[in-house]
Amino acid sequence: MKADYEIPDNLLYTEEHEWLRRDEENPDQATIGITDFAQDNVGDVVYLDLPPEGDSVSAGETCGEIESAKTVSDLYAPVDGVVVATNGDLEDQPELVNDSPYGDGWMIRVRMADAAQLDDLLDASAYRTLIEEH
Amino acid sequence: MTEDGGSGAGRRLRQLTLRDRHEALGARFAPFAGWEMPLQYQGIVGEHHAVREGVGVFDVSHLGRALVQGSQAGPLLRSVTTFDVTGLVPGKAHYSLYCNEAGGIDDDVFVYRLAGERWAVVHNASNAEQDFDRLRSVFGDEASEITAETAMLAVQGPDALSLLSTVLGPAVEGLEMRSCVELDWDGGQVMFARTGYTGEDGGECVVGLAQAAALWDALIEGGASPAGLGARDTLRLEAALPLYGNDLDAETSPYDAGLGFAVTLDDGAPFTGRDALVEARGRPRTRRLAHLEARGRGVLRSGYAVHAPEGGDPVARLTSGSFSPSLRLGIGMAYLPVELAKTGARFDVDVRGRMLPVEVVRRPFYRKSRE
Repeated sequence: MKADYEIPDNLLYTEEHEWLRRDEENPDQATIGITDFAQDNVGDVVYLDLPPEGDSVSAGETCGEIESAKTVSDLYAPVDGVVVATNGDLEDQPELVNDSPYGDGWMIRVRMADAAQLDDLLDASAYRTLIEEH
Repeated sequence: MTEDGGSGAGRRLRQLTLRDRHEALGARFAPFAGWEMPLQYQGIVGEHHAVREGVGVFDVSHLGRALVQGSQAGPLLRSVTTFDVTGLVPGKAHYSLYCNEAGGIDDDVFVYRLAGERWAVVHNASNAEQDFDRLRSVFGDEASEITAETAMLAVQGPDALSLLSTVLGPAVEGLEMRSCVELDWDGGQVMFARTGYTGEDGGECVVGLAQAAALWDALIEGGASPAGLGARDTLRLEAALPLYGNDLDAETSPYDAGLGFAVTLDDGAPFTGRDALVEARGRPRTRRLAHLEARGRGVLRSGYAVHAPEGGDPVARLTSGSFSPSLRLGIGMAYLPVELAKTGARFDVDVRGRMLPVEVVRRPFYRKSRE
C-alpha cells in the first residue's frame, strides 16, 4: 500500500472512503467527497453521476456513481440530508477528483437531517487505521 | 464508496520476468488469464494518451508464443487456421483465427512467416495452452513453445518507429505494415514485427529473457511511457479490435464478428471449421458485432443490457465497453440483430438502472489522423 495518503485531521470519514467536512458558518451543512485513498484506488475518474440539488440522501445508501477508466463505484451518503449543492465543475473536469480529492474535487453539499449522525463517522486516526489494514 | 471490480482468483499466478521493472515504475497489478499483469502505472487515461500522442510500451509477455517449422509448415498451419497463410512470403505476418468444427472462434491469432519454413504464432494468454496443443497435434516435435523463454514488448504510438529504429537499428524503419524480421541485438535475437493492437503505428518485439530487461530499459530511456492492460483495453476498443473472451468466443462466427477478412475459403484448402464456415457464409447473418457510442453522459461496460428505444426485453448485452479517453464518451460493442444494427440506429443501454441512449456507428470509433 502507498504509505503517503493524505488524511486531513479536520474531516470525518466513512468505511466506504467518503470524507465529510462540516461547514463552520452553517453547521447543519456538510461537504462530501471521496478520500485520497479512494481516488487512488479507482484511478482516473472520467464521469460522475451525482444527485441534483433537492434530492434526499440517506446515511449508508448509494447516492451517486463514480466512473473511472477502470471501474464503476458507488458513492454512499455518510449522513441523512438534502442536497443543497453539487459540484458542477466535475462535469467537464472529473479529473479534479484525482487532482484534489479534498478541495476542488468535492462532490456534494448536504443539509444534514441529524447532526448526531456525525458521531457514527470515523475520525482521521480511525480512518488511517482502516486503510492501513486494507 | 465501494468498487464493483472483481477480485483475483486464489490460484497461483504466473509472474512476468520484468516484474521488478514494472514495480519500480509504480505499476498496479491485476490477475489476467493466469498471469499477474500491470494494470496501470500512473493512470489509464494518461497512458492511453501517451500511446495516441507519443509512444508507449506494454509488456505483453503473457501472450502465448510458439515456433513451428518443417518443409510442410505452411500447409500444416493452413490446416488449423482460417486465413490462407501459405500466401505469406517470408517476412510477412497476418491475423488469423483458430475455429472449431462448428465454425466458432477458438482463438484469434497472429501468424508470422519468419524465414523459409520457420514460422511463429502468437496466441491469446487465456487460450495459450489449448492453442499450443492444436499446433502440437499437427506439428508434433516441430512445434515449440517459447513463451517461458522469451518476453514480448509492444511499442505503440506515432513515435514508436523512430524509437524502435534508434533502439533496434535502422532495419526496423523501412519495414512495411505486418512485416517481420529477426535481428541480432545485444548478443541475442529479437523477433520484430510491425504489428500491434492499439490502432496506432508501432511494433512488437519478442526477445530472449537474457535481453528482455535491457530492451525494456532502452525503450523507457528512449522516451516510451510504460502502459498497462487498462490502457491496452481502451486503445483496442477505440480501434474496434475485438478481444477474445469478451467479443469472441467458441460460439461466435467470424462473419458475425466482422472478421470475414481473416477467413479464406476461395483456395479450397481444408482447415478446421471450413465446412461450417462455407455454410455460414452462404446464409444471411442474423446478428453482427455493432459499435455503439453513448449519446449522453455515462460509461458503457461489458455485460450491460441493450434495449430497443421502445423498451421491452434486452436485444443484446455489451461484450465490451469503456470510456473512450480520445472521444471522451462511452463506447461499447454488442451483437445486435442485423435488421436493427443499421448505422445511426438508436438503442438504450441499461447503465445500472438508468437508460443511456447510444447510437450505432461505423468502426473504428477512433482513427488516428494522418498528417
